[in-house]
This record gives sequence, structure tokens and C-alpha cells, in this order.
Amino acid sequence: MAEKVKLERQAMCDRLAMEFQDGWIVNLGVGMPTLCSNYSDSSREIINHAENGVIGYGPLAKEGEEDRHLVNAGGQKVVPLPGMACVHHADSFMMIRGGMIDVTVMGAYEVAENGDFANWRIPSRKGGGIGGAMDLAAGAKRVFIAMEHTTRDGAAKLLKKCTLPITAPGVVKMLVTDLGLFEITPEGFNLVEHAPGWSPEEIQDQTEAKLIIPDDLKEFRFRS
Amino acid sequence: MKNKIYETMDASVADIPDGVTILSPGFSGVGVPRNLLAALNRQGAKNLTGVSNNAGTIDENVDIGTLVEAGQMKKMICAFTAATHPSQVTPFTRMYNNDEIDAELVPQGTLAERLRCAAAGIGGFYTPTSVGTELAEGKEHREFNGRMHVLELPLPGDYGLIRAWKADTAGNLVFRLTQRNFNPLMAMAATVTIVEVENDIVEAGELDPDAIHVAGIYVDRLVRIPEDGIWI
Repeated sequence: MAEKVKLERQAMCDRLAMEFQDGWIVNLGVGMPTLCSNYSDSSREIINHAENGVIGYGPLAKEGEEDRHLVNAGGQKVVPLPGMACVHHADSFMMIRGGMIDVTVMGAYEVAENGDFANWRIPSRKGGGIGGAMDLAAGAKRVFIAMEHTTRDGAAKLLKKCTLPITAPGVVKMLVTDLGLFEITPEGFNLVEHAPGWSPEEIQDQTEAKLIIPDDLKEFRFRS
Repeated sequence: MKNKIYETMDASVADIPDGVTILSPGFSGVGVPRNLLAALNRQGAKNLTGVSNNAGTIDENVDIGTLVEAGQMKKMICAFTAATHPSQVTPFTRMYNNDEIDAELVPQGTLAERLRCAAAGIGGFYTPTSVGTELAEGKEHREFNGRMHVLELPLPGDYGLIRAWKADTAGNLVFRLTQRNFNPLMAMAATVTIVEVENDIVEAGELDPDAIHVAGIYVDRLVRIPEDGIWI
């Protein structure tokens, strides 16, 4: 068996980006999901949509390339690509709710086996941070989640039922963690690929929900 | 043609009274009307309600958070009412935790559409956003085409503080790239719309009518950002 490793964040996001299909319009959430844009595959064209109303933007701006009027949803300066378009906020969310976004990738505190997820509020703290997450969760054709498999304290985040207030019910289709790639099926979490060196039993030990282990379980893919 | 040009930021906000609702656009520091907010901070109006994507940031730049910290805001309506990270605790977060300011949390797309609705004379709208979450509790639900929606109501403002790239003397506005964000919606949803402009205000007729983002009929006051103004 290979040496047991936890997946790096870039590898996790690369794996989700491998699922993007030619021509997809992709919305990447703030934080870890933005790493999906570092994965390049010249065989397909991906159109980036950011909630602040920019469609078809390019990679992060290098020093000297920055334009103070052009940022992605995380406030990072990006460069324009030919064909880029800018719209106002209501039009940007019209695209989101109207079904134009093929996939949104977000982080989460918890994901449940029925596809619920939570990423906006911790009840012990006052208030919450929704941003565009609820609109994206309700409107995008697919919701992918990238997150660590457990909390810093080792508590499970792949649950039978979310304990935190949810962002949207039943929408998560695919999930990558530092231990593997999971699909959410009507029967629950399907372990599709495991991190190198990790057995399905060891991953189950870190998971509250019951994992489905397919006969054709594969090792995690780092490249398509 | 009515003169809409004001010589100074201070003069353009001088009559804003206590207790009104201020629409304040901007996203990730772009398209924020920092010069007008600085002027309103100097002017000192109090008990204001603010509508904005967030309630300020931890950076030193003037934004709606400057007015929050100064105690001018009694309530914020925005898409973030908690720090997204422990390193991002703002004056608003501290005051909200101490019950020194009120807040209403609204999903960002619902915030944008509520503003649009107010400008458009629409009485309300049903959205699938937030269905099945805490935020939908107590709201009217209705099913359309097999999908549940919640009723959301318009969000008008008394004063809109706007940041534009170009303007003409008729008040027509043009924005650049992601500067646009909430600016057109707030310009159209406010009773009185005050605009800080990054370029010289040109004569009516000089902007291409087909390239205008906000028609001048929505705009009441224009101020050119001075050289020593806030440019970020």
C-alpha cells in the first residue's frame, strides 16, 4: 500500500476541476475553491462567472497587470480575457438563479448524506455570512464542495444530518476532502476515490455518515 | 437643463437628515463611494440605516464601516453580519455582538433583487433562494412549477451614494468593469441619488447614448472626485 497522505488543497481542487466539462460556466466561491482555477486543461474552455458581475475573466493578475476596477468574488485582481462581459449585481444573480451556472464550488462546515450543507452560520456566534452562497446553492445546476474531512478537533463533517443551520437542502452533488472524492447519491455518500494509502475503513472511521464503498473504488487521481 | 453639479462632496451631502436610509454600493473594495461616505462621516448624520453588501472591512479605507464605527448607523441591511474569519472582526462585528447596532441579514442576490424591485415599482417577488433555511422562517411560501419559493419585498432608499467612472451634465452614468456591482441598482432605488465621478463631468451629448448604464433622470447630484480625493 502507498504511503498514507492527506491531500493538499490544490490537489483537492484540481480533482473537482477535472469534472468541469467543455463550455461550462463555473462559479468559484471565496477561499479554497478559487484554487480550481489553477487547473488548466487546454482541451476544454471554461467560462468563469463571479457574483460581482464579471463573466469570462482570466487568471489572477501578476504584478503590474492589476486593474483597480477588475476583481473576482474574493476581491483578487484578475486579468480580462477576450469575450469578457460585466453586468450589475441583479443581472449577475439573474444568471445564478436563472440556471446559467453549470457548477458552483464552495467550502462548507458540514455536508449531510442527503445533500444538505452548512456554510454560513455558527449558532454560538451572532449573525452570519451568506454572501451569494444561498443564491448559488439554490440556482446553480450543480453544487460541488471542497473542505477538510474533519474539523481541527477531529470531529466529523460528513454527517447523517447537518447540526448547523443549512445553506440549502439537498443540493450537493460532489464533495472532495483531504481523504478522497465523494458523490452524493440517493443512498448517501459514495466514496469514489480514496487518498493514497487510506483504506475505506480508515476513511469511514473519520466519517459519521455510513459510506458506500463501490466495488470499483479507485485511488485519487491527481491528473485527468 | 437643471444644474446637478456640486463643487464639493461636503456640499452634496449637507442636507442628509438623521434617521434616513442610505444605499451604499461596492464589492470587495471596488465601486465604493468612499469620498461621499467620508463627507457624510464629517457631516455627522445619525440613526441612519445602511444598505450595503457588507458592513465594512478591517482595512483603513473609508467605507460604510467608518460610519458604523462613528456610531452614525442604527441598523445595517447586508449579506454579511458575522466575520467570515476570526482575522476579519470589524467594528461592526464588535458592536453587533454588544447589541450596539441592529442588523438584517439578506442573501446577496435577494438584496440585489429587492433593490431592483424598489426601483422597478414591483410590489415584491418570490425566490427559491433561502427556502428550507432559517432565513425563510416566517416568510410567505408559495409553490410555482413544483418548486417552493419565498416572498421578498422591495428595499428602497432615501439617499443613494454612488461611485461612477464617467458622467455627463444630464446625470447619465457609465461604470467600468466590476465597479458596476450594486451601483446602478442603488442609483435607481434611491429617492435622492448623489454620485462621485472619477473623470471630468462632460457636457450632455458627449457620452454615447447606447453606452449609458444609468439614465440621468435617476441622478440628482454629481461631484467630480478631486485630485486629493480618495481614488481606491
